[in-house]
Amino acid sequence: MKNLKMKKEFKVIADLLPNNTRVLDIGCGDGSLMHLLRIEKNIEVRGLELNQDNVKECIYKGLPVIQGNAETELHQFPDKSFDYVVLSQTLQAFYEPEKVLKNLLRIGKSVIISIPNFGYWKVRTKLLLFGEMPVTKTLPNTWYNTPNLHMCTIKDLFNFCDKKNIIIKKVVGVNENKTSLIRKSNLEIKNLFSKVGIFLIS
Amino acid sequence: MPSLAGLFFWMNIKLDNIKKLEVTKPLKLDCGKTVKDFPLAYETYGKLNDNKDNAILVFHALTGDQFVTGTNPITNKEGWWVTAVGPGRAIDTNKYFVVCANVIGGCMGSLGPKDINPVTKKPYGLDFPVITIKDMVKAQESLLEHLGIKKLLCATGGSMGGMQLLQFCATFPDKAFSAVPIACSSSHSAQNIALNELARQAIMADPIWDNGKYVLKNVQPKNGLAVARMVGHISYLSEKGMQEKFGRKLQEKANYEFSFNADFQVESYLRHQGYAFVERFDANSVLYITRAMDYFDLSKQFKGGLVEAFKNQKTKFLIISFSSDWLYTTKDNKDIVIALNASGADVSYSEIITDKGHDSFLLDEPEFLKTLKGFIDSMYEKFKNEKRI
Repeated sequence: MKNLKMKKEFKVIADLLPNNTRVLDIGCGDGSLMHLLRIEKNIEVRGLELNQDNVKECIYKGLPVIQGNAETELHQFPDKSFDYVVLSQTLQAFYEPEKVLKNLLRIGKSVIISIPNFGYWKVRTKLLLFGEMPVTKTLPNTWYNTPNLHMCTIKDLFNFCDKKNIIIKKVVGVNENKTSLIRKSNLEIKNLFSKVGIFLIS
Repeated sequence: MPSLAGLFFWMNIKLDNIKKLEVTKPLKLDCGKTVKDFPLAYETYGKLNDNKDNAILVFHALTGDQFVTGTNPITNKEGWWVTAVGPGRAIDTNKYFVVCANVIGGCMGSLGPKDINPVTKKPYGLDFPVITIKDMVKAQESLLEHLGIKKLLCATGGSMGGMQLLQFCATFPDKAFSAVPIACSSSHSAQNIALNELARQAIMADPIWDNGKYVLKNVQPKNGLAVARMVGHISYLSEKGMQEKFGRKLQEKANYEFSFNADFQVESYLRHQGYAFVERFDANSVLYITRAMDYFDLSKQFKGGLVEAFKNQKTKFLIISFSSDWLYTTKDNKDIVIALNASGADVSYSEIITDKGHDSFLLDEPEFLKTLKGFIDSMYEKFKNEKRI
């Protein structure tokens, strides 16, 4: 999933992060984002990654990475031990996304989450017009082999944060190479035209 | 076959020809006694470069020694870590300067229980002071000074070597740029202690041992020592690995002999490992070194536990565990990672999936060796840059 991710998303995440901070990248993949953050923003990065080949790749690049499962092993990170915790397009793959999210907010002073938007118009039409589970560039798997257990839309996550008293500091919608700020006022339209939603919350 | 006494005599002659540092600085041991003017045997591989930024210190395990790679000049066998260290290997001696010292309490030239006690002019035996992992590590600091190494590029070690390394980092937080503790633990568990006790009891049950006084008679309690080694070898393999390697296969025979000879291959293997060991290792050394391992509890040394032990740690860590290791489990290793994380240290962790048990770190385990190489090479680039700035 990681290697299919748009570079643009990393760029947006990098722009949200101030220089010289401490960042934990959950599900850091081969370390592309960590590398970018270290080089461009002098950020002290740490990664958590399940896949052994990806872990090896990070180690080759000299990036600190811990092999482990975010679903069960986040307890090892102390409260507020990072300025930011980044979770890129993985929330929907957890058994208990709510529990994971709670942990992220405990570990990081702020949290950045990106999600593949199930409210994107192509996804909606596929289901509405063809009656099939959507397969798109951002959601490349079919229903029987997708790791995604809890798909949601930008609007869903927006409402969820509201309900749980999680402070939304900024939401960015990404579509191809365009990005736009998402607010309550333009939520409906952006929920239709964004492929990926990136949330900065605390 | 030469007699055992003859063998030891011959070994001692050979031991006179290996690299030794005379440590003159008094070393205050944890037990309260002080040793000084003692030998620390060591070996080096590769060349220390002009910038002195390519030095890697290797800590050996319970029955290891300073002869990491190439041919061990005493036993004429391969070094214990040829799979990982040598020209073109994961720890490439064409590129790095590798140093390893025999631990004190050992029997490969460093101060140990078979050496002459300067007070009695006879071999120490059980008069040798009980040593700890911390004592071993402190003794090795002098060697770095002697070799002119201010800061190591990396320090590494598996099993007891990993324990020494954790102690080294806690005691000297700025001596290593990076560290790779492998398949180890920050304290010995009840099971670890129990297995060591089994080994010790096997030695002490051998009448030849005679309260450690066998050293005065130039003999060795080889039956007890062999059993002690067999215990170790069982704990180094995984259940699955052992089953795959031996199963119920018989040793060069078609059927049971209805005797107590080694019918099964696994019996033959253990006997071979046991009796090969007595030719190169001293029984009292096993007692002293296993004791040091049992006493090891890094969190106990620091008020506030393991997190405190790693406070202000500048060293960059890579912890490696093996999935089928039941001696020093993934959990033992992860506890170290958690403590390092909590102390804010720079730590990476990888669990290598393998059936080969604790022994994996000594074997040709490609994923492990690739990870080790990748880490050390990337650390070298960083260390060079840091030194330049």
